[in-house]
Amino acid sequence: MAQLIQYIFAGLTMGVIYALTGVGFNLIYNATGVINFAQGEFVMLGAMFLYTLQEVLQWPPLLSLLLVFLLGGVVGVVFEYTVVKPLVRLGVITVIIGTIGASVVLKGGAMLVWGKNALAVEPLISEKPMAFLGASLNTQVLVVLAVTALAVAVFWYFFGFTILGKAIQACSVNPLAARLTGIPVERMITLSFFLSGAFSALAGGLIAPITLAEYDMGTMLALKGFCAAIIGGLGNNPGAMIGGLLLGVMEGLSAGYLSSGYKDALAFLVLILVLFWRPEGLITRGKGERV
Amino acid sequence: MKGDYLILLLLALVAFILPLILPGDYYVEVFLFMGINVLVALGLSLLMGYAGQISLGHAGFYGLGAYISGALTAHLGWPVPLAATVAILATALVAAAVGWPTLRLKGHYLAMATLGLGIILYILFVQLRGVTGGASGLSGIQPVHVGHYYLDTPRRYCYLVWSLVVLAFFFSINLVRSRTGLALKALHYSEVAAATLGIDVARYKLQVFVFSCVLAALGGVLYAHYITFISPETFGFMYSIKLVVMIVLGGMYSLWGALLGGAFLSLLPEVLHRLEDMEVVVHGLILLLVLIFLPGGLVGLIQKIGERIRGSS
Repeated sequence: MAQLIQYIFAGLTMGVIYALTGVGFNLIYNATGVINFAQGEFVMLGAMFLYTLQEVLQWPPLLSLLLVFLLGGVVGVVFEYTVVKPLVRLGVITVIIGTIGASVVLKGGAMLVWGKNALAVEPLISEKPMAFLGASLNTQVLVVLAVTALAVAVFWYFFGFTILGKAIQACSVNPLAARLTGIPVERMITLSFFLSGAFSALAGGLIAPITLAEYDMGTMLALKGFCAAIIGGLGNNPGAMIGGLLLGVMEGLSAGYLSSGYKDALAFLVLILVLFWRPEGLITRGKGERV
Repeated sequence: MKGDYLILLLLALVAFILPLILPGDYYVEVFLFMGINVLVALGLSLLMGYAGQISLGHAGFYGLGAYISGALTAHLGWPVPLAATVAILATALVAAAVGWPTLRLKGHYLAMATLGLGIILYILFVQLRGVTGGASGLSGIQPVHVGHYYLDTPRRYCYLVWSLVVLAFFFSINLVRSRTGLALKALHYSEVAAATLGIDVARYKLQVFVFSCVLAALGGVLYAHYITFISPETFGFMYSIKLVVMIVLGGMYSLWGALLGGAFLSLLPEVLHRLEDMEVVVHGLILLLVLIFLPGGLVGLIQKIGERIRGSS
C-alpha cells in the first residue's frame, strides 16, 4: 500500500509536468495550427534559467521561479517573431520544420552555455522527506503539486472569466470572426506564445530539483507533453491536464511494477494507441470538421 | 520529364567515373558514404516533398535495416542477400504499423510518432545487448560477396552503392510520374477535393512513407555490410535531423534536392572537421536560414539562376 502511494505520487509529479508542457503545445497549436517541436526546449530552458538564477546568482527561490515564468514567456515571444512569423506565409509544414531547426539550435546553444553535465538545483523547501500513509514523500513533490494547482487556478480564471482570456479563445475558434468583433488577433497570438513559453518554462523550473537540469532533457519531455495533449484531444487545455496526470500515473506504476528501463516507451505506445482508437482524444467528444 | 532522365544519366556517368579518378581510397570512401546518405535522403525527400509529411525517426529505420541485417549475418551466419531482404521487409512492416494509424489523420501526427519511435529504437539498440551488442556495438557483420569475389574495397563497394542510388532515383522519378505521384500532387492543392475525386489520401501517403523507410533500411544495410561494425550513436536522433537538413537545404520540392543536400552535408564535416560540438548548432542554423531566405533550397536557387540567365540573353 505504502509502495503504491509512493508510485502514484511519483507519477503525479511527472504528470503535472507533462500537463503543463501539453498545455504549452495546445496554446501554440490553437493560435497557429502548428505543432511546436521546440516546446521541450522551452521546458529545458526553464530548468536552466532556474539554475542560473537560484544557484549561480543566489537569488531567492520563489522570486527565481517567478522570473523563470516571465523569462519563459519572453522566449516564447522571441520564438514567435524569429521563427514562426517569417515562415508562416510558406505554410504549416515549413513552420513545423522551422520549429525543428529552432529546437536543435536551442538545444545545442544550451549545451554550449551550460555544458553537458547535469546541474543540481536546490529544492524550494529543503526539508526531510515527509511520511504520508506510510509512504515517504519528497517535499519538492508537494511544491510541484501546489504550484501547479495555483497555476491551473490562474489559468482557469484567466480563460474562463477575463475578457482577455476569452478573446484568445475566440481567436482560436474563429480568427476571422474574432477580428470582425474588434479583437486584435495578432496580439492575442503573441500572448498565446508568451503563455506557452511561460508555462513550459515553469514546468522546467519545477522539475529541475527532482530530475536535475540537463541540456538534452527537452526532447523526451516534449514527447510526453505531446502525448498528454493527444490524450486530452489536441487543443483542449483541461484535457491536456487530465491527460498529463493519467500518463504520469501510468508511467509511475509501470516503472514501479514492471520495468523502469522501458518506462519511456510507454508514452509512445499510448500515443500510437490513442491516435489509433480515438484521435480526437479520450476526453473530448468527437466532432466533425468543416472543409 | 525528359530532363530528369537526362540528369540521371549524367549522375550515373559521374558515379561511374569518380571512383576511378579520385586520388586515394579515403576520397572514394567519402563518396561511398555520400551515396548512402543520398539514398536515405531520397526516401525522406519523397515523403516531405510529395506526401507533405515529416519523419523525425529516419535514423531509427536506417538503424533497423543495419542492425537486423547485421545481426542475422553476425549471429546466425545468414547469407547477406537473405538477411538484407528480411531486414528491409521487417523495417517496412514497422513503418506500416506506425504510419497506418497516424497518416489517416489530417495534420502532422506522423512527425511526433516517428520522433518517439526513433528514440525507442535507439533505446533498444543500446539495451538489447544480446542481439545488438549494446553500447559497445555489434561486430562480425559479414561483408558482401558474390561467390569468391568480395566487395571489400572502397572502390568496389562504391559501385554497388551508387548503382543502387541510380536505381532508386530511376524508381522514384517513375513513382512521382505514376498514378501515386499524380494523386499526391492533387493532395497538395486540396486534400478534400482529392478525396472527393475518390483518391484514397491515407493509402497514398502510407505507400510513400513505407517506400521511404525501405530506402532508409537499404541505406542501413549497405552501411552495416561495408563497415562490418555498427554502434548505436550512428543511428541517433541527430542523424534524423541531419537528414531533414539535407532535404531542406537541397530543396524540398525536387527529388534532386536530396542529391544536392545529401552531397553537401556529407562533405561539410570534411571541410569543417573542428566543428565537433558546434555541428549540431550549425545544422539547426542552416535549417532555419535556408527556410527563411532560400525556401526552394539549392535546387530552387539553381532554377532561379537559370531563369535569370535565360531572361537576360
